[in-house]
Amino acid sequence: MTIFVQDIAKSFDDHAALNGVSLEIEDKAFVALLGPSGSGKTTLLRVIAGLAFAERGRILFGGTDVTDVPVQARGIGFVFQQYALFRHMTVAKNIAFGLDIMRRKAKPDKSAIAARVEELLTLVQLPGLGARYPSQLSGGQRQRVALARALARDPKILLLDEPFGALDAKVRRELRVALREIHDRLGLTTLFVTHDREEAFALADKVAILSDGQVAQYAAPAEIEANPANDFVRAFLE
Amino acid sequence: MNKRSSLVTPLWLKTLLIGTALAYVALVLLLPLASIFVEAFRKGVSTYIEALQDPDALSAIKLTGLVAVIAVPVNMVFGIVMAWAITKHDFRGKGLLIALIDLPFSVSPVVSGLVFVLLFGANGWFGAWLQEHDVQIIFAVPGIVLATIFVTFPFVARQLIPLMTAQGRSAEEAALTLGANGWQTFWHVTLPDIRWALLYGVLLCNARAMGEFGAVSVVSGHIRGKTNTMPLHIEVLYNDYNFAAAFAVASLLAGLALVTLGLKSLLEWQHGDDLKAHGH
Repeated sequence: MTIFVQDIAKSFDDHAALNGVSLEIEDKAFVALLGPSGSGKTTLLRVIAGLAFAERGRILFGGTDVTDVPVQARGIGFVFQQYALFRHMTVAKNIAFGLDIMRRKAKPDKSAIAARVEELLTLVQLPGLGARYPSQLSGGQRQRVALARALARDPKILLLDEPFGALDAKVRRELRVALREIHDRLGLTTLFVTHDREEAFALADKVAILSDGQVAQYAAPAEIEANPANDFVRAFLE
Repeated sequence: MNKRSSLVTPLWLKTLLIGTALAYVALVLLLPLASIFVEAFRKGVSTYIEALQDPDALSAIKLTGLVAVIAVPVNMVFGIVMAWAITKHDFRGKGLLIALIDLPFSVSPVVSGLVFVLLFGANGWFGAWLQEHDVQIIFAVPGIVLATIFVTFPFVARQLIPLMTAQGRSAEEAALTLGANGWQTFWHVTLPDIRWALLYGVLLCNARAMGEFGAVSVVSGHIRGKTNTMPLHIEVLYNDYNFAAAFAVASLLAGLALVTLGLKSLLEWQHGDDLKAHGH
């Protein structure tokens, strides 16, 4: 589903976090939001998710204006940097959460939920770990569970906030590959935030480089490398 | 450099320090506690039981139970609401609210009681209106309940706020992105994470609700068999030189305190990680 970000502005106290950001993320694209800390990339992701609200501008998913739609109704999947798993629930219960809390009429029956959980565990390469608790998993496994949980209700849009930030280099590379495969297989539109240039360029179809709450350049990695838009981008690439 | 020098205490000093600490605890804490039970049983078990079966004593025990049964759940609900509002949301005046939570701890209990007399007493702000409608608050059970609620308000909120602050908001946000509404998020995500800290706060709140003297004393009017709680009844008995009975009732309160202490230690031992900040 295409995401249109139109002239989004948001400030915290007196400091502007986003200063008129516009982006168009094409259907089924895999886009990285790249920038130094304080550039507004996480704020932009949260505004798109509906976890934060902008003071100005619109967000559209496909043809629908979702600017004032609450996060629950936006139909997005969201993955947090620190996993944000429910630690008192098993892995299976974590993944099933989005289905378990649906209204009685819309909710799949128990066996359908269990089957869906197994399917998602296989998708993230953790088959059979449903009975464990998050504390019994490694960091990489936890983030896989968080990914499975975010996908349980079949979102068309997947948003990830520094999903690999807390992991070591080897696990990070494995997870990257897995994420890209899942994106391609499910036909998702994926937007992920990172401050790691190498990661953004290796993984994404297009990269949006943010600086001080504005988009410095938005293009394919090769295009950015060949033609940096300005001095900031040039400095950031080095 | 000698690595051991800074950490090793000479044996004689260690023994002296530990000995002093233990002697102090025995003198200041254990001796008074033991004396309550010794005094209570000085005239035998039958006198003890008789003292507790006295109608005024029974009425005081019942009233204390009633007050706790009302005050503790009220403060549990509002404590959770306060902690939830403060830690999971941003709003104007939050700093003021946090400061206000501690008000009952910083105000003398006598003043806490007097506030209610000023509001609801015969000459108080709402006194005339209450008399017209035949409602009695001061020198009656409602006043005692109100004063107790006021004094014990901070316990639950104070226990929850640091824990919920440390836990952050990301689990709640995750629940929202998964389609949960506010109530589902609270019930399925927040509450299970705070349950042991909540129980701990409720325990402390209950102990204070049953033991509160100052504020309750001001609003109660000390009517025997009617508006005397256990602590007030103990004072009455003591002033009557009825020491055996006074200590008998006091031993009940002390026993309650010991049970609270035991449960508290059990919680700390079994669920220490869930009572304070921790990583996921």
